[in-house]
Amino acid sequence: MIRAGLDPISQFKIYKLAELKVGKYDLSFTNASFMMLLAVALIGLWMFFGTRKRELVPGRGQSFVEVTYEFVAGLVRSSAGADGLKFFPFVFSLFIFILFANMLGMIPIFFTTTSHIIVTFTLAMMVMALVVGYGVFKHGFKFLKIFWPSGIPIVILPFVSLLEVISFLSRPISLSVRLWANMLAGHILLKLFAGFCIMMVTAFGLFPGALGAIIPFTLTFALIPLEFLVAFVQAYVFALLTSVYLSDALHPGH
Amino acid sequence: MTFMTLLSNLTLPVSDIVMMAAAAAAPDDVLNMEHHEASASFPPFDPQYFAGQIFWLLISFAILYFMLSRVFLPRIGQTLEERSNRIADDLDTAAQMQAQAEDASKSYERSLSDARAKAHNVAESTRASVDAELAKEMAEADALAEKQSELAETRIRKIRTEAMANIDSIAADVAQAAIEAVSGKKMTAAAVTKAIKAR
Repeated sequence: MIRAGLDPISQFKIYKLAELKVGKYDLSFTNASFMMLLAVALIGLWMFFGTRKRELVPGRGQSFVEVTYEFVAGLVRSSAGADGLKFFPFVFSLFIFILFANMLGMIPIFFTTTSHIIVTFTLAMMVMALVVGYGVFKHGFKFLKIFWPSGIPIVILPFVSLLEVISFLSRPISLSVRLWANMLAGHILLKLFAGFCIMMVTAFGLFPGALGAIIPFTLTFALIPLEFLVAFVQAYVFALLTSVYLSDALHPGH
Repeated sequence: MTFMTLLSNLTLPVSDIVMMAAAAAAPDDVLNMEHHEASASFPPFDPQYFAGQIFWLLISFAILYFMLSRVFLPRIGQTLEERSNRIADDLDTAAQMQAQAEDASKSYERSLSDARAKAHNVAESTRASVDAELAKEMAEADALAEKQSELAETRIRKIRTEAMANIDSIAADVAQAAIEAVSGKKMTAAAVTKAIKAR
């Protein structure tokens, strides 16, 4: 059991909590599903207590909520423009969901939802679907202008267009892999270095083992704040890139 | 199995380190079993749960999205808007009040300078009237003094002329007495007077 606990990969395992099968699809309620709903529930609680009083001069909880609101609103406004604010609820939901999922993952034993590529890829595809859907709905054929930048000499335009197409197609991949790989690598590293400490002590006893554990312990200690930073920064980057991509849907041909 | 190749790339160093570190303590079969178990299916790539993950993610995100976009975000936005409106209102009121205060101070200063000017006028006119009165009284006093000195002078002149008039008779008396004493002759007063007048 101790060995299994030290395995840096086992923390990403999914367990079924309740069986659910629809046709050939296995939609069982798992520990991952539980963490997603937990994140949503915690966000709901946080928002509820932060917006309950609606004071003119905010208290601590209210100003925390308001600062988060202003932060994301400022992010959307600066990268997608003022008309990008119609996507504000979506970007805010993405940001806060990823942030809570990442932060919950930092708690020991808790499963990290965003460490699974399918989760981050689904989120990225939601963004791309919104970008393409809104772009085509709003601009029709003109949406293709995003592959046809203005002000480029006609000779190199095909190459630029090709590059634009490739970069557009690689967006969901880069968006999802960035978040997923950061969370996965961070958690593996943490688990690995923390596991080293235990291994050193169990393998060599308390006296030489604890000495050997000093370096991995220091690294673990240093990694934890870094991982908190990564957890925040990845949520921020995801929201930022979402706003940038949505800006394309709003103003193609820039 | 592309997953397997990716997986071995990702997990090999990890597993190696785990194996090396644990080798001192753990029996071989435990290690082998663990290694096997870890690499059998790398959970983040396990397609068994893909459908379930997507399903539950979409449900969670939909709940979150509607919760935020319908209830909480408008609520926060409204609060923020109310606050910024209130602040703008307050700023307006403050500007208005400042203007009023400026007006008030301006009118106060105006009335102050008016009062000062008036006080100046009053002082000036008082001083003028006092001066005039003073001059009048001076003139009156001067006139009085002139009259009195004139009266005194006329009286003195009268006294002098009277004295001058008496002086002849006195001289005649004195001369009559002196002649009588020196010559023993008696002269009439009229003769003495006549002699004096003749000189």
